[in-house]
Amino acid sequence: MAARPSDPTRLARAAIVGPPFAWLLLFFLAPFAIVAAISFGQNAPDAAPPVAMTGTARNYAFLLSDALYVDAYLSSLRIAAIATVLTLLIGYPMAYAIAMAAPSRRPILLMLVILPFWTSFLIRIYAWRGLLSEHGLINALLRAMDISGDPGTILGSEWAIYLGIVYAYLPFMVLPLYAALEKLDRSLLEAAADLGARPWRAFLSITLPLSLPGVIAGCLLVFIPAVGEFVIPDLLGGTETLMIGKVLWDEFFTNSDWPLASAVAVLMLLALLAPIALYQRLRAREFGGS
Amino acid sequence: MTDAAAPPLALSVVGLRKKFGDVTAVADVSFDIGRGERLALLGESGCGKTTLLRMIAGFERPDTGRILVEGSDITDLPPYERPVNMMFQSYALFPHMTVARNVGFGLVQEGVARAEIERRVEEALELVRMAELAERRPDQLSGGQRQRVALARAIVKRPKLLLLDEPMAALDRKLRERTRLELVELQRRLGIAFVIVTHDQDEAMSMASKVAVMDRGTIAQLGTPTTIYERPRSRFVADFFGSANILEGEAAGRLVRCPALGIDIKTDHAADAGDGRRVGVAIRPERIALSTHRPEGADNAAMGVVQALSYLGDRSICHVEMAPGLTLRAAIDTRHDQPRPGHGDNIWLAWAARDAIVLGD
Repeated sequence: MAARPSDPTRLARAAIVGPPFAWLLLFFLAPFAIVAAISFGQNAPDAAPPVAMTGTARNYAFLLSDALYVDAYLSSLRIAAIATVLTLLIGYPMAYAIAMAAPSRRPILLMLVILPFWTSFLIRIYAWRGLLSEHGLINALLRAMDISGDPGTILGSEWAIYLGIVYAYLPFMVLPLYAALEKLDRSLLEAAADLGARPWRAFLSITLPLSLPGVIAGCLLVFIPAVGEFVIPDLLGGTETLMIGKVLWDEFFTNSDWPLASAVAVLMLLALLAPIALYQRLRAREFGGS
Repeated sequence: MTDAAAPPLALSVVGLRKKFGDVTAVADVSFDIGRGERLALLGESGCGKTTLLRMIAGFERPDTGRILVEGSDITDLPPYERPVNMMFQSYALFPHMTVARNVGFGLVQEGVARAEIERRVEEALELVRMAELAERRPDQLSGGQRQRVALARAIVKRPKLLLLDEPMAALDRKLRERTRLELVELQRRLGIAFVIVTHDQDEAMSMASKVAVMDRGTIAQLGTPTTIYERPRSRFVADFFGSANILEGEAAGRLVRCPALGIDIKTDHAADAGDGRRVGVAIRPERIALSTHRPEGADNAAMGVVQALSYLGDRSICHVEMAPGLTLRAAIDTRHDQPRPGHGDNIWLAWAARDAIVLGD
C-alpha cells in the first residue's frame, strides 16, 4: 500500500531502464554464458557445432601449462601497456592544446579528433598497410630523401602494431583528457604562478594531478580494448608477434577448437576485470560528485 | 637605490594603459601607495579595476606604463618573480591539497627548508585562526574558512604588497562586516600595504586608508574616504560614492546661481572652473535639515512640498518637490521624538555652505 504512490514512477523507470538491460542480457550476457559453458566442453570435430559438453576444466589446465598461451597473454598486456603509454604521451599535449584554445575553436579541434571515425576502422587499418609496406609511401619518401638506402619494412614489426593502436585509439585518450583539462579552473594556475611557481612546476603540481582522473580514464579506454585487439596485430603485425586476440582467432577458425578458444576468451576477460573495475569505480566517483 | 630620507613607496603605478582589442580597459592610470597603506579600487564592473589589479599581479601586460614595488621596476617580471601576492575572488585554493599544503605552496616554490615551512605555515594559520583545520581539504571547509585559508596563503610569503580581488564577494553580509575589521587589524599587525578591488562602497570606506574611484578605465578621484565623501570633484564621484542631490547652476565666486531652485546657493569654496561657468552642486541628503518654519540663520534655505517618504529603518528619505521636475532628497532619522512630515506638507530645507559641494564636471 505504501508503495502505491510511486508505482507509476517505478513503472516508468522500468520502461526506460528495461530495454538497455534486456539488450545487454540478450546480446552480451547470454552469449558470454554460452562461451563460458563451451569453455568447459571438449572438441568434437564431427559434431555441429563441434563441441561435446563434458564439463571438464582441461582447457584451462592446458592454457595455463602451455608456454605459448601464457606468452601470448603476457605479450598482449605488454604491447597494450606500451601502446597506452605512447598514446598518453601524444594525446596529453593534444588534449591540453585543445583545452587551452579559444573557446570558439574548440569544437572544430574536437571534431578533427573524432573525424577518422567516419571511415570504417578496418579500412583505415588496411590503408596503413599500404603506407607501411616495403614499397609503400613512407619507404618511398625515405628513399627519395636519401636518408637510408634500405629503410627496411615497418609493416610486420611490433612498431607497426604500436603505430596502429596509437592511431586507432587516440580519440579515446584525447576525449577524457580534454574533459578533465577543460574543467580545470584557470585561476588555480594563476594562483600557482602568483605564489612563485614557474609554468613547468605549476603544470606538475596543479594541472597534472587535477587531470589524473582523465589520464586514468583515457589509459583504461585504450588499454582494455588494446589487450584483446585482433585486427591491428593481424593486419599490421608480423607472424612472430603473439597477441591473445590472434591466438583466439586461430583456435576458433584455424584449429576449430571451440572449447579451447572459449577458454582463451574467458581468461582474457578475467585478466581485464581488474582494470575494468577500476574504471567503473573511478566513473562512479566522478558522477557521485564531491 | 632610493633616497634614504624618503622611504620608497610600497607601490607606484605610472601611466598604465591596457587595451583588449578595441576596448580600453585601463587608460593612463597613475598613483602611489605608501608603506602600510590600504588602497581600495572602487568602481562598477567593467571600470578597469580588476584589469589594473591583474597588471600589478603580472597576469596582464600593460600596453604602456611602469609598475614599481618599493622602488624597483617589476613591469617586465612574470607573476612568479614578483614580490606581491594576490588573494583571488574565488580563493583559487588547490582542491587536491590540504590547507597546510595550500598555505605552504608558495614557500615550497621558494625552496624554503621543510622545518621552516612548517613553522611559517603554522604561524600564518594561527593568524587567521585556522590552525586546527590544517589537514582538511578545501571542499571540507565553509566559505568563511576558505577565505581565511586564501588569506593565509597570500601573506605567508610576506609579500611587499598584498592584492585582494573582491575578497568578501562570496561571504554573507554579517560575516563580511566582521571579516573587514579582522582583515584591517591583520594588515596593521603585519604592516603590509594592500590594494583591494571592490564594487562595495562600504567595504572601500571601512577598509581603505585611500580610495580610488574608477570610471571607464581612469581614476575619477583618489583620496581618503572622508575627502571623497565630503569633497567629491565630479558628478560621477558624488553620485557613485554615497548618494547626493545634484543641482545645476552657474558659478559666481562662492555662490552658485541656481535658477531652478530660485536661490543662489552659498558654498565655502569657489569653483575651479571660474565665474560664469556651468557647475553642479552636490548636497548629501543627510546634511539637509527639515523644518516647518523658515529656519533662522541658515546659509541656504528653500521651501518645497513633501512628495513621498520612504522608510528605511535606520532613516527615512523624504522626497521634496522644490519646483516642477526638481525633487530633492533629505534624510531624516527615525528616532521617535522627531516630527514626521506628512504627504503634501509645505516644508523648509536648509543646509550649511560647507555642505554644498561645487562639482567641476
